[in-house]
Amino acid sequence: MAANKKKPDQVTDTGHEWDGIRELNNPCPRWWLNALYLSGLLVVVYFVLYPSLPLVNGSTKGLLGWTQIKEYKEDLAKVEARRGPFEKKLAMMTAEEILADQEMLNYAIGSSKVLFGDNCAACHGMGGTPVEGAGYPVLADDDWLFGGTINEIMMSIANGRAGMMPAHADLLNSEEVDQLVQFVIDSSKGVKNEAGLALYNTKGCVACHGADAKGVKAMGSANFTDKIWRFSGDEEQIRHTILHGVNAANDPATRIAVMPQWSEKLAIMIEARQYAIEEDEDPNEIDWDDELDGDEAERLTETEIKKLAVYVHQFGGGQ
Amino acid sequence: MTEKQNIPVGNIDDIYQETRDWHVNAGGIKIVAKRMAGRFRRLKWFGMSIWLVLFFGPYFRWNGDQAVLFDIPNRQFNFLDITVFPQDIWMLSLTLLFFAILLAAVTSVAGRVFCGYFCFQTVWTDVYTFIETKLEGNTPQKALKFKNAPWTLNKTVRVVSKHSLWLAIAVLTGVSFTAWFTDAFQLWHDYLNLQAAMPAWVVLGMFTGGTYLFAGFMREQVCFWLCPYARLQGVMYDQDTVLPSYDAERGEPRGKVKKGQLDAHKGSCIDCNVCVAVCPTGIDIRKGQQEGCITCGMCIDACDSIMEKTHQPHGLIRYASYKELHHNVNVATWFKRPRVIIYSLILLTALSGVIYGFINLSPTEFKVIHQRQPLFVRLSDGSIQNKYTLKLLNKTKEPLQIQYSIKGLEGATLHGLNNVLTIEPGKVIPITALVRIPLEKLNNDIAPIIFTGEVISNPSLSINYKSMFIGPK
Repeated sequence: MAANKKKPDQVTDTGHEWDGIRELNNPCPRWWLNALYLSGLLVVVYFVLYPSLPLVNGSTKGLLGWTQIKEYKEDLAKVEARRGPFEKKLAMMTAEEILADQEMLNYAIGSSKVLFGDNCAACHGMGGTPVEGAGYPVLADDDWLFGGTINEIMMSIANGRAGMMPAHADLLNSEEVDQLVQFVIDSSKGVKNEAGLALYNTKGCVACHGADAKGVKAMGSANFTDKIWRFSGDEEQIRHTILHGVNAANDPATRIAVMPQWSEKLAIMIEARQYAIEEDEDPNEIDWDDELDGDEAERLTETEIKKLAVYVHQFGGGQ
Repeated sequence: MTEKQNIPVGNIDDIYQETRDWHVNAGGIKIVAKRMAGRFRRLKWFGMSIWLVLFFGPYFRWNGDQAVLFDIPNRQFNFLDITVFPQDIWMLSLTLLFFAILLAAVTSVAGRVFCGYFCFQTVWTDVYTFIETKLEGNTPQKALKFKNAPWTLNKTVRVVSKHSLWLAIAVLTGVSFTAWFTDAFQLWHDYLNLQAAMPAWVVLGMFTGGTYLFAGFMREQVCFWLCPYARLQGVMYDQDTVLPSYDAERGEPRGKVKKGQLDAHKGSCIDCNVCVAVCPTGIDIRKGQQEGCITCGMCIDACDSIMEKTHQPHGLIRYASYKELHHNVNVATWFKRPRVIIYSLILLTALSGVIYGFINLSPTEFKVIHQRQPLFVRLSDGSIQNKYTLKLLNKTKEPLQIQYSIKGLEGATLHGLNNVLTIEPGKVIPITALVRIPLEKLNNDIAPIIFTGEVISNPSLSINYKSMFIGPK
C-alpha cells in the first residue's frame, strides 16, 4: 500500500482534480489505522463494562456494575473507617478528657467544623462571631451568659437557652429609663453612678443582674461591668432593651434571643448526673429507665454535642 | 485590474517531484544499521554507560538506609544524610529548570548530544539492536535472509534468545526504576515472592512493556513521531551550532572510484553509502540536516574509515557549523555567542539556587497562620484577642521539644501554650495559640508580632516567624 508513495504518477487518485491538482489516494500509515481501530474497540469494551446506553428507565448497567454513587459510598466508607476508632474513643471520653488529650482535641476540632457549620454557624457565625448587630452572642470571647466551662457549654447546647427580661415600658418613666441607661454605660466604663445604682437597686434590676451588676449565670443575665455588650453598647439600643425586654411576652418589640434545644435527652442526663454528684451518689448508677421516657427529642447525638462543646470551648474563650 | 503575471507552467506533475526525494520511513522499513568501531562509537558507549547508575544506584547503602530514595508514601526524598520534604519542592523546580536549560545550551553548542549519546530511547535501542545484529546479521541483506530462512533449530534458538534477552533487559529496567522509590532489596524479595504492592507491579509492567515495545520494535519511530524533544531541539540550532554534516563542497560530485584511482573531476564522496548503512535512524546525512538525525556521529566514524581506505583526509562528514561549511568568516567561538552566555547564566543561577537550598536546608519549618474568621475578638476586660495556628514541622531525625513564645509587640501575652510540645521526626503538629493585648496598648489596627519556636534540646535550631496582630480600626 505504501509502496507507491514515492511515485506520485503511479499512485491511484480519488478522481478529484482541481486546476490540475489531483487528490492522491495514499492510505494512512498502518500503525495509525490500527490505533484508530483499537480506540474503536476500546469504546465497545467500555460500553460493555460500564453503564452506557440510556434506556427508558435508567440505563444499561454494564458488567462491572459501577455507578458514581457506589464509588462515592465506597470512598465515604474509607473515610469513616479511618474516623471510626477516633469516634469510638470520643464516645467513651468526657468532654473534659477530650480537652486534656491533644490528639483527640485536634480530631474533635478538625471533625466538628462541618457540624458547627451545619447547625450553629447560621446564627453564631463560622468562627463563633456573628455579624455585628445581629443580636446573637459571640462564642469566641470570654464572656458567657450561662457559663463558659465545658460542661456548661454542653448544657447550653443540649437544653437550649432563652433568658427572659421583662419589658419596662409601663414600669418606668422616661427619666428613670434615661438614668438607668446612663448607669449601664457607666458600669461598663467603671465609672461610679450613685443615682443610677439607687434606681438599679429599687426598680428590681438587681434581682436578675445581681448586687454587683455582673449578671447571674443561672438566669443568663448580662454582665454590665465588662466591655462586652449582649446586644449593643449604643445608647438608643440600651434604652430599647430596657423598655421592651428580652423574650418578653406581650411586647411585640421585645428582643428575641432563643437558643434551641438540641437534645432533651442529654439535658436530662446531664442534670441527673449533676444531681447525683451533689447528693454524693455514683452518677454511673443512675437508673436511666427511671429518668428517661424514651421519647425525648434528640436533634444531635451526645457525641456530636460533646464535639461541638469542645469546638466552641476552643474558639478562644472557654473557661 | 493588473494583468496576471505569466508564470511558465510545465508538467503539472512536476509539483510532485519533491516527494520522490522526500523519503520518510513511517515504520514500513526496518532499519538494520551496520555497526562500526570508531571515535564516536566509543563516545556513545561511554554516554550509555552512565545509565548503569540506574541499575546499580538503588543498592548503595548509607548509614544502613538506601543512599538515594524517593520515598513517596512518606513524602520525602532521602539523599545520603539529607532529607528533602515537600516544603523544599522549589529546589526540584530549579533542578528541572537546570536540566531544561542544559538541554537547550548543549543543543545550541553541539546539536542533539542528548539524543545521540544519552537518551534512554536511543541507548536502549542501541543495546537491543546490538543483541539483534549479533544474532540475526548486521546488514539489511543478512537480516532479510535470516528472516526468510526456514525455521531451523538454529534460527529458533536465535529468535528465542533475542526476545529472552530483550525481555530480561526490560524486566531489569522496570525493577531498577521501581527500586529508586522503595527499598531495593525488599523490592526484589517482594517481587520474587509475588508479594509486591500493586503500584510496584504496575510500574514493573509498564516499564517492561514499554522498554520491550519502544526499544525492540518502535526504535527510531519514537524519535520521529512520539518524541517532542526531537522536534523542538531543531529550533535551538543556529548557524554556529556544530552538527555532524556532510561537506558537500568537498564531496560533490560524488561517484564510484576504482581501487587506488581517484578521479580529479569528482569530489571526495565515493558514494559507497556506508554513512547510510550505519545510521541508526536510516537517514542519508548527505541530504543535509534533517529531523531524523540524532547526531550520534556513527556516519562520521563510517566515512572516516572509508577516507582512510581511499587515502583521503578525514572529515568529509564531520562536526561542523553551517557557517563553517559555507565559509562564513563570522564564526563565533561557542563562549562568545549571546545565546550560550544567556543559557549559561540561567544554568548558573539555577545551580546556585539548588546548592544554596541544600546548604541551607532548614531542620524545621515553622508557619504561623492567623485566623481570619474572626480577625480579632474583644474580651470582657476590653482587651483584644487574636487566634493563631502554629505549625512546626520537624525535619530532623530526632524528636524536638518546643517551647513557643512571642515578642515584638509590647503588652501582648500568649495564652494556651504553656506546655512544652514534643514533635516527632517528620511530623507537624498544628496547635492553637491565643494572643491578648489591652486595647490601649495597641497603636495600629495591624501590628507586627514575632513567634518563636524555641528548641529546648538544641537552641541553635530555634526559629522565628513574623506574623500580624489585628485589632479594631
